Amino acid sequence: MVENRPFLTVLSHLVVLLGVIIIAFPVWMTFVASTHSQQTMLQSPIPVLPGPHLIENYAKVLTEGYGRVGSTPVMMTLTNSLIMALGVAIGKIAISITSAFAIVYFRFPGRMYFFWAIFVTLMLPVEVRIVPTYGVVASLGMLDSYAGLIIPLIASATATFLFRQFFLSVPDELTEAARVDGASPMRFFWDILLPMSRTSIAALFVIQFIYGWNQYLWPLLITTKESYYTVVMTVSRQANVVDSVPSWNLLMAMAMLAMLPPVLVVVFMQRQFVRGLVETEK
Amino acid sequence: MTRIALSSVAAAAVLASASTAFAQTEIQFWHAMGGNLGETVNALAEGFNKSQTEYKVNPVYKGSYTEALTAAIAAFRAKQAPHIVQVFEVGTANMMAAKGAVYPVYQLMADAKEPFDPKAFIGPVYGYYSTPDGKLLSMPFNSSTPVLYWNKELMQKAGLDPNKPPKTWPELGEMAKKAVAAGAKCGFTPQWQTWTMIENYGAWHNLPYATKDNGFAGTDIELKFNDPARVKFIQMLADWTKDKTFVYGGREGKSTALFTAGDCVFHIASSGSAAGIDKALGQDKVGIGMMPYSPDVIAKPQNSIIGGATLWVLQGRPAAEYKGVAKFMSYLASTPVQAKWHQETGYVPITMAAAEATEKAGFYKKFPGREVAVQELTLNPPTANSKGLRIGNFVQIRDIVDGELENVWSGKKDAKTALDDAVKAGNDQLKRFEAANK
Amino acid sequence: MEKRVTFNSRWLPYLLLGPQMIITLVFFFWPSGQAIYQSVLIEDVFGGNSKFVWFENFVQLFRDNSYAHSAQITVVFSFLVAAIGLGVSLLLAVMADRVIRGATAYKTFLVWPYAVAPAVAGVLWGFLFNPSVGIIAWMLQGIGIEFNYVINGNQALLLVVIAAVWNQISYNFLFFLAGLQSIPKSLIEAAAIDGAGPGRRFWDIIFPLLSPVGFFLLVVNIIYAFFGTFGVVDALTKGGPGKSTEILVFKVFNDGFRGQDLGGSSAQSVILMVVVIALTFVQFRFIERRVHY
Repeated sequence: MVENRPFLTVLSHLVVLLGVIIIAFPVWMTFVASTHSQQTMLQSPIPVLPGPHLIENYAKVLTEGYGRVGSTPVMMTLTNSLIMALGVAIGKIAISITSAFAIVYFRFPGRMYFFWAIFVTLMLPVEVRIVPTYGVVASLGMLDSYAGLIIPLIASATATFLFRQFFLSVPDELTEAARVDGASPMRFFWDILLPMSRTSIAALFVIQFIYGWNQYLWPLLITTKESYYTVVMTVSRQANVVDSVPSWNLLMAMAMLAMLPPVLVVVFMQRQFVRGLVETEK
Repeated sequence: MTRIALSSVAAAAVLASASTAFAQTEIQFWHAMGGNLGETVNALAEGFNKSQTEYKVNPVYKGSYTEALTAAIAAFRAKQAPHIVQVFEVGTANMMAAKGAVYPVYQLMADAKEPFDPKAFIGPVYGYYSTPDGKLLSMPFNSSTPVLYWNKELMQKAGLDPNKPPKTWPELGEMAKKAVAAGAKCGFTPQWQTWTMIENYGAWHNLPYATKDNGFAGTDIELKFNDPARVKFIQMLADWTKDKTFVYGGREGKSTALFTAGDCVFHIASSGSAAGIDKALGQDKVGIGMMPYSPDVIAKPQNSIIGGATLWVLQGRPAAEYKGVAKFMSYLASTPVQAKWHQETGYVPITMAAAEATEKAGFYKKFPGREVAVQELTLNPPTANSKGLRIGNFVQIRDIVDGELENVWSGKKDAKTALDDAVKAGNDQLKRFEAANK
Repeated sequence: MEKRVTFNSRWLPYLLLGPQMIITLVFFFWPSGQAIYQSVLIEDVFGGNSKFVWFENFVQLFRDNSYAHSAQITVVFSFLVAAIGLGVSLLLAVMADRVIRGATAYKTFLVWPYAVAPAVAGVLWGFLFNPSVGIIAWMLQGIGIEFNYVINGNQALLLVVIAAVWNQISYNFLFFLAGLQSIPKSLIEAAAIDGAGPGRRFWDIIFPLLSPVGFFLLVVNIIYAFFGTFGVVDALTKGGPGKSTEILVFKVFNDGFRGQDLGGSSAQSVILMVVVIALTFVQFRFIERRVHY
């Protein structure tokens, strides 16, 4: 805002505050649930304020896992999730930014067909083609492996699409200047385009990290060895147990732990975000 | 240098041959038992593994029944099938019809020359999973049957005797109304409504679910659960929704939350939920007894049918490994194992011997109500209507019935229209199943 | 849509595209081809007995009342999710952009829901609105509204929309905010000096400059509404009560995985895919023209 209009400022604060309360409420309740005993969680209504069992529940979940079957030590699942999420995020960004660069900055036969071929991957989500994808992965010997967890998920197009949008909005003068200077395309890419794309890369990193982190169905299908289980997979499974009442308090504790790394990623990347913006005023 | 190298090679060779001598055949067992049930499964597998050295059973929790089955199918198509997969009872017809994928248990046991006595099993448990001429296709593992739970405190509050549960549906209605009048938030809520209120209502009252012996005698069948008795029953429940005598709690096991929260007086649910319910409310506050019946439909109840899941053996592994699978099956059916499984989980023991052993150990005195499930199943020798169900595409049909019942509870349709519509849509599904498996 | 100035190279573009194309071919086109092929088969659970049936699966779908119903629900649902999701997050982003004090804190809290897996989000909202133990259901009862999404189809749909929008708001918010913050302050200052009030500044400058991001989000949100909301529906209502929340993607999954009807499910996927491709194509064709790069 440019002028100082106190009314609008107050309104802005109010709206944002209201938004925050509504949006953060479920997460708050998850936290509250994770600090009570199982008995409390079965009564109606469940309490709104935290209870006394915080340390106990979290300690239990971290050391014993959920304390039951499917209870791989949470540290191991957190590590696997981390590897998977990082792999997906970095992998996707790497292959997408080069593809988008090619599509936007070059003229070559079949250009638009490539774009559409990549883009169409958004139209058929993993859940729907999961059984044949499993077959492909199995025949390549990639079951129970990080490669199997990561690579099939890199195939989608969100990142390419976003980079395309961004590149299209970069002023032509920059490209002209580079050509006039005799710079090769890759030079232009490394020295000019890449630094400019910092905010998009940051945003995409967050999104793809979370996408990889929150995968449930795919890791469930292709892993049989506990050493490859991911944390979201184990949390979701426990919520759906057959014929037994889930321990909501422990489950919510696990859910909180599962949410933590993505949130940290977001918070950390935000600073990069802002820094990048302040520096590159187009 | 060479001497050290040589001796280390020799040492390695010795170690290698030694370890191959101890190489165990691993048997992959994919199941859907999470939580404390899964712990018991692990204990069972460990017991088997410790009892011999040739085979090692590796139980893997693969998520819900749906997820475990999907994983098994995907694995089978990729030629990586597990040996054993746990499949819910509604998948029986579909599994049976899968040519070349399934290794029927009776054949497995015969091929492996494992002793196997069909007569040792409890009738309806065995019957659900065998061919009409008594050949067992899959190994019963966790079977349950619906029983009546009641909240003793809420009954007392209404001036009712907590040790005299209702025996008939009209009685239940009266008691529930009294309880609601005395402040209870809900009178009665059922779990898994298709299983308890339609399928088991039929068996309990000796009414057919479908033609051709509920599908046992053929696949070109039609559904029959829209008979006048059931229409009347569902309409009665619908009328009860008006004053909260009946409250619908959601599909599958969701309504149990209403009972464990102390809202509802009466709850018809799987006998397998007993452990969880006792833990939530306290064993002395919960009563467990037989399901009520409608005296205008039948003078005395017939018997109930089971729900739950069985273990199916899949083809595609090397022949020698199946001997281990057969041994594991024998182990699972043995009395001490079945007794332990039954006592720790609330599932029905699959053999009479295990039930008797449990009784002798005084278990039923310590946990009154746990014997009700077996009593219901063995109340009478099963008729063609109460042996079980063999329905193709049963999952979709149950979904259809669920949806139509929900239309009744929300007042959108009356019981007759809803059940008739369900039968019509269900019959379409049956035709599709027939076409896929001809 | 086209760059005026480009580079010339025979082989570089193909090299740059290579990795993504290979992965896409192996892990998308090949399995998808198989999945689509299954739509013209009827087979048993394990694929042992498969029969080629031309378009019988598709015909069956068109005759099926529940499919038409599901399509209807999906349209309503997608519209609500996209409209509310984009609208609310744009509002929040604009407001958050103006706020300097406490900005980081606000942003942190606003993006947290995105970190929650859709299935877990469904569980959380189900918890809050649970007819017996839910806090919000309890509050609603206090003011006389009987909320029971397990019986009431409309309430169930509402709840699923809320959960789906909640899950997606942070995503939209992140992008809108980034877009807003990359608009040069100089432009806005210049307009203010020229006498344009906040409203005009928004519609004449900010909105058009935001349009590349906005277009991206529109496409992504519609795709999300069609496909990404599966987790929420699965965790909250499983399509109930009485099929009132059975959106098309859920039906695909339900029929394919729980019902083991791979032929019918693949046919549904094909139809869904065609619909979304058509929608996206329309968006690119007609809306992108008005996007200001």
